[in-house]
Amino acid sequence: MPQVTYIEPGGATRTLTLAAGTSVMRGAVDAGVDGIEAQCGGNCACATCHCYVQDPWLDKLPPPSDDETLMLTNVAAERRPNSRLSCQLIVEPGLDGLSVRFPDRQS
Amino acid sequence: MVDSQAPILIVGAGQAGVQIAETLRQEGYTGDLLLIGNEVHPPYQRPPLSKKWLLEPGALSALSLRGADALVRRRIELKLDTEVTAIDRAASRLRFANGEQLAYSKLALATGALARALALPGASLGQVLSLRSIADSGAISAALRRCATEGRPVVVIGGGFIGLEVAASARKLGAAVTVLEGLPRLMSRVTAPIVSEAFERVHRAHGVELVFNAQVTQLRGSAGCVESVCTADGREYAAGCVVVGIGVVPDDRLAAAAGLACDRGILVDECARTSDPSIAAAGDCTARRLADGRLLRLESVQNAVEQAKSAAVALLGRERPFRAAPWFWSDQYDIKLQMVGLSHGYDQVVTRGDVQKPAFSAFYFQAGRLIAVDSLSRVQDHMQSKRLLDHGLSPTPEQAADPLFDLQSLLREAKPATADGA
Ligand SMILES: Cc1cc2nc3c(=O)[nH]c(=O)nc-3n(C[C@H](O)[C@H](O)[C@H](O)COP(=O)(O)OP(=O)(O)OC[C@H]3O[C@@H](n4cnc5c(N)ncnc54)[C@H](O)[C@@H]3O)c2cc1C
Ligand code: FES
Repeated sequence: MPQVTYIEPGGATRTLTLAAGTSVMRGAVDAGVDGIEAQCGGNCACATCHCYVQDPWLDKLPPPSDDETLMLTNVAAERRPNSRLSCQLIVEPGLDGLSVRFPDRQS
Repeated sequence: MVDSQAPILIVGAGQAGVQIAETLRQEGYTGDLLLIGNEVHPPYQRPPLSKKWLLEPGALSALSLRGADALVRRRIELKLDTEVTAIDRAASRLRFANGEQLAYSKLALATGALARALALPGASLGQVLSLRSIADSGAISAALRRCATEGRPVVVIGGGFIGLEVAASARKLGAAVTVLEGLPRLMSRVTAPIVSEAFERVHRAHGVELVFNAQVTQLRGSAGCVESVCTADGREYAAGCVVVGIGVVPDDRLAAAAGLACDRGILVDECARTSDPSIAAAGDCTARRLADGRLLRLESVQNAVEQAKSAAVALLGRERPFRAAPWFWSDQYDIKLQMVGLSHGYDQVVTRGDVQKPAFSAFYFQAGRLIAVDSLSRVQDHMQSKRLLDHGLSPTPEQAADPLFDLQSLLREAKPATADGA
């Protein structure tokens, strides 16, 4: 099963083993990773699951949907080129080792 | 009588309760923390219950708000299936159904709301259903499927969010649906006519029968099961099941019995403080006193989460007022409805986008200032408006209505001045 590494706003790192098909948001919420709110529960409606995808993973992810791109326009923390909504990132074997960082604010 | 070594107790293990606990830890509270809920399921999200979950009830873990590991990591003790029956404020203790008592140093109330019951003859017949919990959603999902298979109609009483989401789901499952709404249009309490009309068209296009100004007088049935719904104009609507979606009642029963100030909801200020300094409250159970004195009752995830943060901070003796613009979302068919701000008291509405499709936003103004925006499949408008409202910025009605005007430019111009504290 793929492993995902989360970097919390304070800098602490947590690596979790997630079942394929799980969202990066769900993995974080279930394990209590700091720095994520996920108010809408993965509906791509709140942008409180914002993360920064760490190198070299950005290009390996499927591109964001139109909705995700639009939601990203006004996230609470700084939007960067590697900003994604973690509820839209689905873990699969090819993403073993994926690493994301949560910003210091989500709302 | 307050024992400062006693735990902080939170009553209600829902959206607000979980957030209060989480924020207490984030804000540095290191003492004992107990989250008490009367449901059997670990804390879960309700929004999917009237949406995805009706179509395909899945694994319960997909609904969970925070996993068990998350609670353990944050040293949040969870006591489920436990009803709190009274608050003894003089002794700073909670009483439980089994006679036990627990002392608290501080107390948070997050008891949520109850689905408003239909007070009419026949309302207690079988297959008259309302929607609040996982079990309710399961029962409605089964009823919709049964109606689809047996070719019997579903009658929804109430054309608000929950009723309409259920109607949309029922159509997707192939059941015939009639929505009986007492007022002249859908979602009339919260949206402008142009938004109601857009949803009317969409629901009708999907085959939902909409009846307005319908005064339901009684439900009829046989063998204990509902068979029809009667209205004051003499019509009778056959029903294989009835879903009642006529709003919620804030659950302030514990608080009211303990003498806390309540007015259809536990009265709280912008910092989620109740009339007792050692008790805070958050979420659907509250009625919030705004700066201008008005009382605001909101039933939304964001309200539960933001008030919960305020409540946690208040219990630690500090202030974190909740002033962000309220927002809400609802899914019906493939329309993503996102609302931000409070449209109450608007005197002008302009639209941006394609009203017929529908893919547009309604911008609500009061004396020329933007107060709220409803977006139908216009995610960008929603996100930009949210920021504008949070920063106290307003386009002119002409700018809002002009699709070529870049709303984002107002934010860019204002950036240096507001230094982005929101
Ligand atoms: C079907 C449905 C769809 C929704 N869709 C949306 C949506 O799309 N978008 C949105 O923003 N909001 C939506 N909402 C609203 C949102 O879910 C609520 O606003 C939110 O759950 C409120 O959280 P809360 O913690 O205040 O209350 P709840 O989540 O209801 O939690 C309160 C808990 O306290 C427990 N409790 C009460 N009294 C006691 C007691 N005496 N002892 C122990 N436990 C007690 C209750 O059983 C409950 O578990 C929806 C709600 C429903 C029901
Ligand atoms: S959880 Fe709301 S957008 Fe991801």
